[in-house]
Amino acid sequence: MRIEFTLNGRRRRVDVEPNQLLLNLLRDELGLTGAKYGCGIGVCGACTVLLDGEPVLSCLILAVEVDGKTVETIEGLGEGGRLDPLQEAFIETGAIQCGFCTPGFIMAAKALLEENPEPTEREIREYLKGNLCRCTGYVNIVKAVKLAAERAKYLT
Amino acid sequence: MEINRVNTRIIPFRFEYHSPSSLGEALTILSRYGSEARILAGGTDLLVDMKQRLVEPRHLVDIKRIPELRLLREDVGGFIIGSAVKLRELERSEAIKGRLPLLHEAVSSMGSVQVRNMATLGGNLCRASPSADAAVALLALEAEVLIAGPTGAKRVPLEGFFLGPRATLLRPDEILTGVYVPYPPEGAGSAFIKLGRTSLDLAIVNIAAALKLRGGIVEHCRIAMGAVAPKPLRLRNIESLLSGRELTPEALEEALGMVEASIKPITDIRATAEYRREVSKVLLRDALKTATERCGGRRS
Repeated sequence: MRIEFTLNGRRRRVDVEPNQLLLNLLRDELGLTGAKYGCGIGVCGACTVLLDGEPVLSCLILAVEVDGKTVETIEGLGEGGRLDPLQEAFIETGAIQCGFCTPGFIMAAKALLEENPEPTEREIREYLKGNLCRCTGYVNIVKAVKLAAERAKYLT
Repeated sequence: MEINRVNTRIIPFRFEYHSPSSLGEALTILSRYGSEARILAGGTDLLVDMKQRLVEPRHLVDIKRIPELRLLREDVGGFIIGSAVKLRELERSEAIKGRLPLLHEAVSSMGSVQVRNMATLGGNLCRASPSADAAVALLALEAEVLIAGPTGAKRVPLEGFFLGPRATLLRPDEILTGVYVPYPPEGAGSAFIKLGRTSLDLAIVNIAAALKLRGGIVEHCRIAMGAVAPKPLRLRNIESLLSGRELTPEALEEALGMVEASIKPITDIRATAEYRREVSKVLLRDALKTATERCGGRRS
C-alpha cells in the first residue's frame, strides 16, 4: 500500500505491507535506527516517536496508520549539526549510559516540555513512567529534563 | 507453526487493511468478512495479540478515521463519547474533568501517556478485561453502550454488555459506536482507586464509587469493582444496604462484611484470590471515605 506522511519535516512517500509496523518501517526501510525495539508489547517505551506531536509506541502502530500524518523521531531533533537542548542536558547530567532507552526518553520528554514547559519533578516522573531505563536509574534523567526546562525558560 | 509465536518484533502473517471513512462503510466490510475481520482501534491490545498469533484476522478494519466515532459531545443529561475517542482526549477534556470526575480519574490512571495517546475508550470496553479501569468507572456511572449493526442502532446498559473475559454482546457484524454517560446527581462525590503492582501495570483490584449524601443519609450509591470476577462488577447488594442509611462505622462494617460474598476473585500472575478478597474490603472502605469527602462539589 502506498502511504504519504511527513517524517522529520520532510514529505515521504513509501510502499508498505499492511502488516508492517511503523517501527520497522523507520528502522529497516528508512534507516532511522534511533527508535528501538525493546519489548514489543507496549511496556518499555524504547520505540517512542511523536505522531502529530504526541508520544506513541511505534512498535504497536501499523505503518499504514500514519498515512497523512506527521511523525518525528530523535533524528529530527537539533539544527545545523547542533544537538537539541534536551540532548545536551541528557549528556551533561549523565542521564545516558548504554543509550538504548535514550531516544524514547527524549522524544517523550520533548512532548512533555511542549505542553508543560515548567514541569515539577512529580509531573516529569509521571509523564515518563512509560519509559524504562535499566542502566542509570531515573534520578539523572529527571535532572536532565529539569535542566532543559530551566534553560528554555532562561532563553525566552 | 511454532515459529514466531513469541516474537513481538513483527506481525508474522498477512492481512488486508481497511480504513473506512464512514460507519456505513465499516458495517458493510464487517458484514462481508464476518469473523474473519477484527476492528482495529488503538491497537495496544490487538496488535500485541496478533504478534503472538493469539488471533489471526484476515481483515483489519481501522475505525479511527470515522468522524462520528471520534466525537465527544454533551447530550441530554450526560455525555456521548465516541468509541474511537482516545483516553488522552478524555484526560485532557475540561468538560469530562468537571462533569464526570470519576471517569476522568479512571482514564488518567491508565497505562502510560504513550498508551493513552493510542488506546480508545471503546477498545477498553470491547476488550472486556475483568480489570478494565474505564469499565469499572462507567459501571458506577450507569453508562449505556451504543451499538450499530446491519439492522440499525441500539442502546444497552453497559452492565449487560460484558459476558465474561474478552466476551461481549457484540456480534462480528456490529460496532460499538460510543458510550452514553449520564451525569451523576448534583452534589455527588466519587472516587476511583486502583491497586497495581506498579502505577503502569493492570489493576490487581480496582474500584469506583459514587455517593450522594443528604443530611448524612446516603441518597445515591453506586459501587463497581474490577479484577474480582470474570467481568467488571456492580455491587448492587452493598449499594442497597447503604442506600437510605447513615454512613456510620457500623453500616460501613456491615458493607465490608458483604464484600467477600459478592465477588469471585481468582489467583493469577498479579495476585492470589485470597489477597484480592482481603484488599477488596480495604479498597471499598477507602473509596467510600474519599467519595464522602468529595460530596458537595469538594474535590481535592
